[in-house]
Amino acid sequence: MARLNVNGKVREHNAEPDTPLLWVLREQLGMTGTKYGCGIAQCGSCTVHLDGQPVRSCVLPVSAVQAAQKITTIEGLSPKGDHPLQKAWVNLDVPQCGYCQSGMLMAAAALLKKTPHPTDADIDREITNICRCGTFNRVRAAIKEAGGSKTAGLDIVHVVRSVA
Amino acid sequence: MSAALPVLSRRAFIGSAAAAGSLVFGFPLTAAAQGQPPEINAWVVVQADETVVIRIARSEMGQGTLTGLAQLVAEELDCDWARVTTEYPTPGQSLARKRVWGNFSTGGSQGIRQSNEYVRKGGAAARMMLVQAAADEWKVPAAECSAAAGVISHAGSQRKTTYGKVAAAAAQLTPPTTVALKDPKDWKLAGKRLARLDTVDKTNGKQVYGADLQMPGLLNAAILACPVFGGKVKSYQAEAVAKMPGVKRVLAVSDYAVAVVADTWWHAKKALDALPLEWDYGPHATAQQADFNAILKAGLDAEQAVVGNSNGDAKTALAGAVRKVEAVYAYPHQNHATMEPMNATAKWTPERCEVWTPTQNGEAALAATAEAAGLTPAQCEVYKIHLGGGFGRRGAVHDWVTQAVQIARQMPGTPVKLLWSREEDMTHGRYHPITQCKMTAGLDAQGNVTALHMRISGQSILASVAPQNVVNGKDPVQFQGLNNGGGEAMFGYSFPNLLIDHAMRNPHVPAGFWRGVNLNQNAVYVESFIDEIAHATQQDPLALRRKLLANSPKFLAVLNAVAERAGWGTPAADVQGQKVFRGLCVTHGFGSYVAACAEVSVSADGALKVHRIVAATDPGHAVNPQQIEAQIEGSFVYGLSAALYSECTVKDGRIEQRNFDSYPSMKIADMPKVESLIIPSGGFWGGVGEPTIAVAAPAVLNAIFAATGKRIRTLPLKDQSLKA
Repeated sequence: MARLNVNGKVREHNAEPDTPLLWVLREQLGMTGTKYGCGIAQCGSCTVHLDGQPVRSCVLPVSAVQAAQKITTIEGLSPKGDHPLQKAWVNLDVPQCGYCQSGMLMAAAALLKKTPHPTDADIDREITNICRCGTFNRVRAAIKEAGGSKTAGLDIVHVVRSVA
Repeated sequence: MSAALPVLSRRAFIGSAAAAGSLVFGFPLTAAAQGQPPEINAWVVVQADETVVIRIARSEMGQGTLTGLAQLVAEELDCDWARVTTEYPTPGQSLARKRVWGNFSTGGSQGIRQSNEYVRKGGAAARMMLVQAAADEWKVPAAECSAAAGVISHAGSQRKTTYGKVAAAAAQLTPPTTVALKDPKDWKLAGKRLARLDTVDKTNGKQVYGADLQMPGLLNAAILACPVFGGKVKSYQAEAVAKMPGVKRVLAVSDYAVAVVADTWWHAKKALDALPLEWDYGPHATAQQADFNAILKAGLDAEQAVVGNSNGDAKTALAGAVRKVEAVYAYPHQNHATMEPMNATAKWTPERCEVWTPTQNGEAALAATAEAAGLTPAQCEVYKIHLGGGFGRRGAVHDWVTQAVQIARQMPGTPVKLLWSREEDMTHGRYHPITQCKMTAGLDAQGNVTALHMRISGQSILASVAPQNVVNGKDPVQFQGLNNGGGEAMFGYSFPNLLIDHAMRNPHVPAGFWRGVNLNQNAVYVESFIDEIAHATQQDPLALRRKLLANSPKFLAVLNAVAERAGWGTPAADVQGQKVFRGLCVTHGFGSYVAACAEVSVSADGALKVHRIVAATDPGHAVNPQQIEAQIEGSFVYGLSAALYSECTVKDGRIEQRNFDSYPSMKIADMPKVESLIIPSGGFWGGVGEPTIAVAAPAVLNAIFAATGKRIRTLPLKDQSLKA
């Protein structure tokens, strides 16, 4: 049995060494919050943290992960789903279908760890996940809100008026 | 499999609000029907703890219909919104109860606009029964009682009770025959910016999608269909992979695909990749993209075409025109590319077949299940799961459900989860139809448009998906946004002589409903060409549109709204030293009026940046403005991804693009600011999930012309140079 440190717990698995970390998480450890989207590190749905760095787990062979390295998945982003990003995500109603959002949140969490008050350029450079529903403007606003920006709301502009 | 995985009972998966914290699956509806907890009517269950369960027949795929429909029921029910949860009734239960939940189809932006009346009546009838039950208990007339937030009051005697306390008695009452609905101006919950009911679990990994399902004894399947549409499996050597880790079976699926079933999907996928396999590519093995393009081009001048809209005599007027403006456009095949690839879990026995799947139409999924299972629909059941994207792919055709059942049928009693790889998903789609269009305008000596001929040549969705609905060679859906009246998708412009016709040309690549459907290309053709006429006659594009839309006040209202807010007529501020230019678009589809003004810059080396889009929607009634805004914002991601990048091309009969590396999608860096103007004018119900898709590309294309003088007539933009 090989060992992994996932969300602070030592977990054992018997997957073949070339199995991508994504499928070990999903199929050996039963943690399905991390998603399969493309299998070739293009879409980012499978993003997890390895020692705090965002990695695309669909192309990372499990054998490349040392037992001592800390893996964080969406299930372990915060103990009670109350990471500042998760709170901002709920506050701004960010998700639509939600399938890409685990990866989006993990990419955003890695950005905030490195850059607590990210600029638009930081977000453009670091958040390269694909979302087909189109949550990008709310993702941007929520990252800024979680980063303490007072202008986060400016990324969402809405006007409702009745012509009646 | 080492860890204890969440287990799905055979019951319907219920809404995420009830599933928070762990995987909880719904109480059986049959028990509800028997009175525990009380089902007031098909739409409303009230539990003793005051929880109100609202049943939602349409599917949640990100568009927010779950929340919007619940708001409409709760509005009429006068319940406590904080205690509302939702569940999906199953199509099998609907069948057994004579379709009490009506249509399950969730496409064409119809969730709210087609079912608002009967779901509101469901809520209102339940309120009447709950109030009546309280009145009966108090022995007072129901008319003297009122309800608010789940509390029933009798003013005369100061008595109060709650929905939970009278629910059991209410469930025994005869439903009212006459049910009045509130005037929308009196709404307290509907029309408000309420938060979605399904958000929290989508931020912590707990939302269970079809691809995530687990149940005891579950095996996993990976599939490979012949890469050429219409081809078949010639031979494969199962024994070559039989001993690979985890492999259980190698199976033929119909005559055109092979599946490997294994303990895990990764094992199934690895074995499938290693499987020696020969194809008979069939009659389309040599089909090439250039051949399609030539066939469509010939259709632009074909004698025969089916008329979709006309007035006057456009051909005669064009023949006598002082001057003509003509342009030819093209729109490619595109894949839906839902983030969650197609998947279904099926369990088959000779007596019964059950399927768990993300579907836009549970009833169609049930029909596909029964057919593939060789059983009656009454012997089958489909459990719907929230979709990881739908966009039309998961609605009309349930090919992946058929495959899952065909696999499960070869392994009786074993639940099997079929998950497509991204490559399988990309190459076996039901693609956005491919079309070309020739626009011809006739002008008089003063530059007035005397005639317009719009000739569409190309693929019909209905011919591919529902050929029985093509009558006398006409696919009525082809003329989306081009119809003379009808309220669904109208042509707003007035011309003295008009001819819009279609020469149907169907390549072998299967077409499907793709979010926005035919409005997408029709709006590109019409709205680009209106700008071309404006340029040719030296008119302002807004002024020309206003002139041609003089008889279409609701079109004008959304157009004027975006023009005014964007500052049309005044120069846009430079961005990082680049001049910014604007483009307009207005159309009507899915019952709603929509317009957009895009602001773009194009650098000297041809780099396009879309800075801001102002978008207006008049959906008649706005049930949840926040969700409408989310749909407008999202429509620019889907619509601009299509305009900028999306193209599926055919080589040797197969789709060339296999994953997001060759079929790119927009990322956050490409995303403009979006300002949403919601202008509900009342009196009708329009959809919001799709119409805005169609204005994305034309507004940007017109802005590109303003910036560069280049008229892009063939999409996607990635294939075109904008270099000065």
